[in-house]
Amino acid sequence: MQFRHEVLENGLEIVAEVNPDAFSQSLGYFVRTGARDETPEIAGVSHFLEHMMFKGTPTRTSLDVNRALDDLGSQSNAYTSEEQTVYYMSVLPEHQSAALDLLTDMMRPTLHQEDFDTEKQVILEEIAMYDDQPPYGAMERAMEEYFGDHPLSTRVLGTRETVSGLTAEAMRAYHRQRYAPGNVCLVASGAVDFESLVREAAERTGRWEPANTDRKRIVPHPTVAEVTMVHPPATQQYTLEYSPSPSILDPQRYVYRILASILGDDSGSRMFWELTDKGLADMAVAFTNEFEDCGIFGLYLACAPEQQSENWERIESILRGARTQAITDKELELAKNKVRAGMILASERPSNRLFSIGNAWLSRRKYETVREATENYQRVTRDEVQAAFEQLANRVQVRVSVGPEPEA
Amino acid sequence: MQQKLLQHRLANGLVILGERMPWLESVAFTFMLPGGTCREPNDRAGLAGLTLELSQRGAGSLSSRDVVERLDFLGVERSSHVSTFYTTMSMAAMASVLKPTLEIAASILLEPHFPESELEEARQSALLELASIEDDPAQKCFKELKQLRFGELFGRSSLGSEEGLEAIELEDCIRFHSQFCKPNGSVLALAGNFDWDEVVQTLESLFSTWSGATDTEPGPVVPYRGAVHLPHESQQTHIALAYDAVPYNHPEYYRGRGIVGILSDGMSSRLFTEVREKRGLVYAVSASSHSLKNCGSVLCYAGTTSNRAQETLEVTVDTIRALANGIDKDELSRLKSRVQTSLVMEQESSSSRSSQIAYDWMYLGRVPSRQEVLDEIHALTCESLLKHFQEHPPHGWTLVTIGPEALEFSHAVST
Repeated sequence: MQFRHEVLENGLEIVAEVNPDAFSQSLGYFVRTGARDETPEIAGVSHFLEHMMFKGTPTRTSLDVNRALDDLGSQSNAYTSEEQTVYYMSVLPEHQSAALDLLTDMMRPTLHQEDFDTEKQVILEEIAMYDDQPPYGAMERAMEEYFGDHPLSTRVLGTRETVSGLTAEAMRAYHRQRYAPGNVCLVASGAVDFESLVREAAERTGRWEPANTDRKRIVPHPTVAEVTMVHPPATQQYTLEYSPSPSILDPQRYVYRILASILGDDSGSRMFWELTDKGLADMAVAFTNEFEDCGIFGLYLACAPEQQSENWERIESILRGARTQAITDKELELAKNKVRAGMILASERPSNRLFSIGNAWLSRRKYETVREATENYQRVTRDEVQAAFEQLANRVQVRVSVGPEPEA
Repeated sequence: MQQKLLQHRLANGLVILGERMPWLESVAFTFMLPGGTCREPNDRAGLAGLTLELSQRGAGSLSSRDVVERLDFLGVERSSHVSTFYTTMSMAAMASVLKPTLEIAASILLEPHFPESELEEARQSALLELASIEDDPAQKCFKELKQLRFGELFGRSSLGSEEGLEAIELEDCIRFHSQFCKPNGSVLALAGNFDWDEVVQTLESLFSTWSGATDTEPGPVVPYRGAVHLPHESQQTHIALAYDAVPYNHPEYYRGRGIVGILSDGMSSRLFTEVREKRGLVYAVSASSHSLKNCGSVLCYAGTTSNRAQETLEVTVDTIRALANGIDKDELSRLKSRVQTSLVMEQESSSSRSSQIAYDWMYLGRVPSRQEVLDEIHALTCESLLKHFQEHPPHGWTLVTIGPEALEFSHAVST
């Protein structure tokens, strides 16, 4: 296993974890752009653009792109989040050159009006699909309430209105700005020929024009809020709460991830034993979500509407228990073992390593082996987790709940 | 593609299969036992799942909490589920903890406590899981499709029904477990980094007191035709569609599977191209092969806003029927390329391999090697696929839609 890193003249960075014994390789373009980099009138453009990247290049039609992806036998896809947009494919090592050629070509799409209009319908279908799933609406609303006028409040999918109003021209401008080589990282894992990768990437991205791609880091100032939404066909009540936690750049994040596991992992945690195991809730979990300038500590409850308030009180009571029921050494050990085993098992596939390596590089410019990454958790002490637990008692929380019409 | 299937049968009849993947650090195993939903009494729908859940709430020397904590301590990832014919329990962990992990699995199978005190909690969990499907119309649509197509016995959801779950008593779980958790007729498949002789020795000792067989076989599955609409206040209409196809154990299965691949595998597949790329009708559209022993089906899904649902249904069915006009050799070459990649990548995951081995054993009575599958796929020609499609044209349609309005669907009655 060897880490390799190169910066091309145009500013494009290339990082790879090379494992000559692997059966496959994965390649991905990680672009440092997402919903937070959009202005309100173009909300949803990052995600819409991600779809459009598959719709044709100067040398390939949309059908050609799809056929080429399948010709390589690739397992490929893309996703957009608040902070990044990622295009990736896993192929057999002998297809490296062709895979890189295709993926690089896709990064400079033609964005034809006709394709844009058809794909807009697909995006609107995706929005409608999520609109029919009540928990998703709660998640979007909780982000809006928590972040207020902070850029992280922007919905990744945009809204029906913003997507309908988007123009191909606005998308082209966004692409020129955000997909400049200095804002993109080519990531590879598995059986990779790194020298060829660098040489061929340099040839194929030579004409990519640099642009200024700043992102403002702003600390959000959430204020306490509680919102109840009604989704008439819903049968369950879904409640989501966000409060502050460390950012992706803050070493404290490992402490909070361990704390989330101890309090609210989907199995074996305090919330599991108190709620899920007892059959009181379909789901009761805690998690962290980290961004460049801040993080959120999340709590999520799915249960019968009539049990929501009692169940939420149970969760509150667990969170108030910092002093009376301190974190034990055993809980810490179990959480660490779980995290470590999960990371090592997942790392056996180069396609999983791609995301660990790409995400770490894009957000922190740091490479860690799987062992080093697990060490970050092993170092966490009980006192640190306990201190974070005690902080939760004073948290500023934003809570959103969605469910059916309350019974009269 | 070198691989070797290790095989051993315990005196009690349990079949143990293994495939060493020494390049991995992990090992995974899958138990498949014949306690599927089709074995549930009709008034106890949900019994198989509830029994499985309850069997993990305390076993041998371990309490319910001990089971979870011990597995977490060892870093074991686990999953268990119930299907129409089988109960499946899978675990994956680092190779060094295989033995203690197998010990816990053996306790769950052989010495479950079935604590009275936990029945109510397990029942409530099951009822909540069943209720949550109501808020996921796409998933609900498939649950209803299977129910309509395969009937009360074979189309039953593993989640059971409210009435069934409410009626289950502790004795039902104990009886179900003692009837269907038997070594003879079950399989344990391991894949990953392990020492075969040690594994066999461990299992010989762990399962020395286990005995018995599941002696009855479920009857044949006969699919039903027809169309049902379930009104739902939603933006999208969800369309789940099924038609007859050859099952997994059919000599021409790979031809049938190849046709489904042309239809739905990859971004250049027919359905993705016609329904989504050209017309923008959907975000999600797909088809997949589904087998219930002797009964094969193709299951399709499309979700679209209601005013375009009729068009979506028609384009989907027309796209399926248009396979009769021939298959392009480039399409077939892409299909072969995709299969080859996924077979190679199967070597990167002990979990996927162990469940595939167990599934193959139960459905085929043998485990085809990767080379055999690859040879089957390479042998496909445009002509052989077309001939198969002509001999097995889509018929026996079943349709379930969920959304504001019902759709017109003449195929259900006319074919």
